Amino acid sequence: MYPEYMQESLRLVEKTRPARLKKALSGEKVFTPMTDAERGEVLTKFHPDYQADARRKIRIGFNRGENITSEVADLLESHSRINPDDFDLSRVDYDTDVLIIGGGGGGAGAALLARENGARVIIATKLRIGDSNSMMSQGGIQASVNPNDSPAIHYLDALGGGHFDNKPDLLKALVLDAPLVIKWLEELGVMFDKDSDGNMVTMLGGGCSRKRMHSARDYTGAAIMRVLRDEVKNHPEDIQVIEFSPAIELLMDEGGQVAGAILYNLETEEYIIVRAKSTIIATGGFGRLHIKEFFTTNHYGATADGLVLGYKAGANLLYMDSVQYHPTGAVYPEQILGFLITEKVRTAGAQPVNKFGELFVFPLEPRDVESSSFIRECTERGKGITTPHTGRVGIWLDSPLIELINGEGAIQKQLPAMYRQYNRFDIDITKEPMLVFPTLHYQNGGLEINDQCETKIPNLYAAGEVSGGVHGRNRLMGNSVLDYNVFGRRAGIAAALNAKEVKLGKLTLKHIKRYEIELQKAGIHTDRISPMLLPNYTPPEVRARQLTAHYEGTLR
Amino acid sequence: MEEKTPSQKAEMISLYIMGKRYEVPEGSTIMGALEYAGYQLKRGCGCREGFCGACATVYRTTNDYKIKTGLACQTVVEPNMYLAQIPFFPANKALYDLNELEPSISTFQEIYPELFRCVSCNTCTKACPQDLEVMDYIQALIRGDIAQAADLSFDCIMCGLCAARCPAEIVQYNVAALARRLYGKYLSKRGEYLESRLKEIKEHKCDKEIEEFMHMERESIKKKYYARDIEKM
Repeated sequence: MYPEYMQESLRLVEKTRPARLKKALSGEKVFTPMTDAERGEVLTKFHPDYQADARRKIRIGFNRGENITSEVADLLESHSRINPDDFDLSRVDYDTDVLIIGGGGGGAGAALLARENGARVIIATKLRIGDSNSMMSQGGIQASVNPNDSPAIHYLDALGGGHFDNKPDLLKALVLDAPLVIKWLEELGVMFDKDSDGNMVTMLGGGCSRKRMHSARDYTGAAIMRVLRDEVKNHPEDIQVIEFSPAIELLMDEGGQVAGAILYNLETEEYIIVRAKSTIIATGGFGRLHIKEFFTTNHYGATADGLVLGYKAGANLLYMDSVQYHPTGAVYPEQILGFLITEKVRTAGAQPVNKFGELFVFPLEPRDVESSSFIRECTERGKGITTPHTGRVGIWLDSPLIELINGEGAIQKQLPAMYRQYNRFDIDITKEPMLVFPTLHYQNGGLEINDQCETKIPNLYAAGEVSGGVHGRNRLMGNSVLDYNVFGRRAGIAAALNAKEVKLGKLTLKHIKRYEIELQKAGIHTDRISPMLLPNYTPPEVRARQLTAHYEGTLR
Repeated sequence: MEEKTPSQKAEMISLYIMGKRYEVPEGSTIMGALEYAGYQLKRGCGCREGFCGACATVYRTTNDYKIKTGLACQTVVEPNMYLAQIPFFPANKALYDLNELEPSISTFQEIYPELFRCVSCNTCTKACPQDLEVMDYIQALIRGDIAQAADLSFDCIMCGLCAARCPAEIVQYNVAALARRLYGKYLSKRGEYLESRLKEIKEHKCDKEIEEFMHMERESIKKKYYARDIEKM
């Protein structure tokens, strides 16, 4: 239920709705998309990445001197949880071909393909297998399957969305593997939305010029992750899953190759040594760093652990200056602040309108452009709606249009998660709009890889959100679910083949020692420890009473 | 940073976390209340948005003998609530090779025989925080209607509350997961478009145009991008 003072604005939204509906039904564009110059202007003036303190120079490691997101720089300029001098490496707890760090979609896909290619696999994950942003993605997965579409058009759409910074070899792999991934998932039993001919229902996504968004209602990520998890669990003899055990450092050998990782059992607080011939980092992104104090759509575990591990071992970062804010995060009711309102809501016809009920932007611009224009509407133009208690400002996402365009029942059929989410708080989105503002969503950059998912460190692979390059500086909707599938699979294959050749030498933690010395030399004095592992949401007054709590693993 | 708990000015209410009393802000979710009280969650916390099923919670309110269920991230606290999370449930999951299964009732008779012990008590449906018709999909499977079970169970987040409450010890969410996989693989109709695109890719018919794009100057590719025709919604 929206408070009384919002009713006047809601009436204005209703008043402008018939004209907006008429235009939408006519087939012409409901609003003119921005030109290159207009995009540039709204981004530099309103995107949070362009604020003065959004980026700073990192002082250590391979990318030293480069401007990166400030919160990431803090995380990387931190101490290890362990003292490399007195850590005993003589007792190896597990020996395996492939170690996968992270139990989301990328890790699960990698495990399945590594197994198919003859490897014994261990998945080490901080929470449970499947606990990941993969599970939460709602809107869809891109693949150029329709006759009027092609992998080349998909390539062009993603390239423009990414501001032409996407790594060409990675993007080529992404778009060419896409139909193959859909086929693979379907053979594993993922239920995609289909029409009566059995062809996939496809929709437009932001920044896309063709309908290539494949979905499974608005539980697309869950539908895929449930299947991948189930399949991983079907192979306990080849794929061992170690839950509640995040990796806290990589291991290397004396030849400078990566050789596995040290895990930390969150419950017993033991450290565990896993020696592996190939190691895949698939830890996902960084939403829980709450960059620029934004709320996030991300999973509890999205704390950029793998980024830290890889960087300390010498892998380099790409585009770590770029953060994705999803245009539509919930701002009301306050219990769901920052929650993801899937782009599929706009794909299905909902329009963003201001407090006067005016449509002010093309609803399907690339995400950074769309978000920036929402921020402009709420700040410079002062046409947002303020929420009670929290005093946040948002704009309306006019969801009732969806049913007017697609017929009664369309929302419950296509967007059951969204309907359910708001219904829990007595808002019927078939009748009333949703109040939204951009929310921290995705790590555009990450560890640099090639199209075989190799980092520049031998035996070290990365796949999914933790890696950078394929999306340039802004990802399009539906390309992240695709990303973790394409590159998770590729990483699994490459890691399994590599494991057949590798000879490991004596294990060392010299790279950790070197990193500590570098911190010292750079004059960085800090009590921060990384990886962060878990965010801490205890209020300050309670924390002040937790006198002997060590908050290990939480960024201080 | 504090999250999911309303502003400090909010009224406080009492509740009992595993029997111990705490004061938490009114309007918090159960998850927000646990964190406000000082718990660093490890188990019992996942996506925090109602998609992963990690935070299954059982609770009771004053003067009511009934055990209620919910997701900690989606349920708002009530005064004098007694609550505990279910950190893990040792549910049975069958191991199988999907390629060797038939999409028929006999598959379920073989690998999940307990399915047929359902007593139609509807406790599973009452326990479901997604408000799914759990008993109905179990009954559909008993009749051999895999398509209906797949459809009715589609929004399942596998939190396990149904199985935790089931007197027949059926693991509804794992049974349903198999039903959906069988439907997706064997029963859903296949279209032509995907196969023909796969063939084109296999024959390298899609490579040339992409490679041209890969080697184009930035300004020329930019021009091409802004000249795209956008398909109508």
